[in-house]
Amino acid sequence: MTEPAADARSVVVERVMPHPPEKIWRALTQTALLEDWLMKNDFQPTIGARFTFRTQPMPHWNGVVDCEVLAVEPHQRLSYSWNAAGGLQTTVTWTLVPVEGGTRLRMEQSGFGPQDDNNYKGAAYGWQRNVDALEKVLARLASA
Amino acid sequence: MPAAADTLFTALADPTRRRAIFERLSRAGELTVRVLTDHSGVSQPAVSKHLGVLKQAGLVHDRRDGRQTHYSARPQALKPLGDWMTLYGAFWRDRFDRLEDLLDRMDQ
Repeated sequence: MTEPAADARSVVVERVMPHPPEKIWRALTQTALLEDWLMKNDFQPTIGARFTFRTQPMPHWNGVVDCEVLAVEPHQRLSYSWNAAGGLQTTVTWTLVPVEGGTRLRMEQSGFGPQDDNNYKGAAYGWQRNVDALEKVLARLASA
Repeated sequence: MPAAADTLFTALADPTRRRAIFERLSRAGELTVRVLTDHSGVSQPAVSKHLGVLKQAGLVHDRRDGRQTHYSARPQALKPLGDWMTLYGAFWRDRFDRLEDLLDRMDQ
């Protein structure tokens, strides 16, 4: 794995959940549970293991996320690479911190580079790929 | 999600607006409402209404020429959607909701 570039940026989502870290850890690491809320996968909690997340293919994206496990610290920290067609190369890191009444769960997806803003620039189909992807995400949001 | 991305998404979520109008304008350059209506499968007033929504989102530009109005696409307005960070921000917030639903269903 290469370290994110100094100018890389991150998406961070953090939420306190009224559940113990051990339980959240299961949801993050057991294949069937992971599929329930994230995507179909063949994840195994072993450093260096390669796995994929798969969703329905859409125009200009095969629906596959290629990953490699980078860190496994049970009930505390989990990290894997998150690479997708179109040149997206990022790292997803989960951090679990016990707090009163539950767990503070933090997801950081890092490694977005300035080049990731250029996906549609000059590309005849790029804008459509992004709109289609966003449409899928928002359709899920609407039906959630 | 930033408001700009939300507006763009709403404007493009309708398949007629996106495929029959915006994509067609992107390919063709300038077109009139009448030409756009041909082969679009919807009525001219409907096409005009769609164009109004696209214009409001900044996705089309109109140019008056006598009695005719010519429309063209402004693909640069799609910039907020081209940002993977915007996309993934929405994606992970959605997945956090689903994770919480799952946790509520799981045994301790």
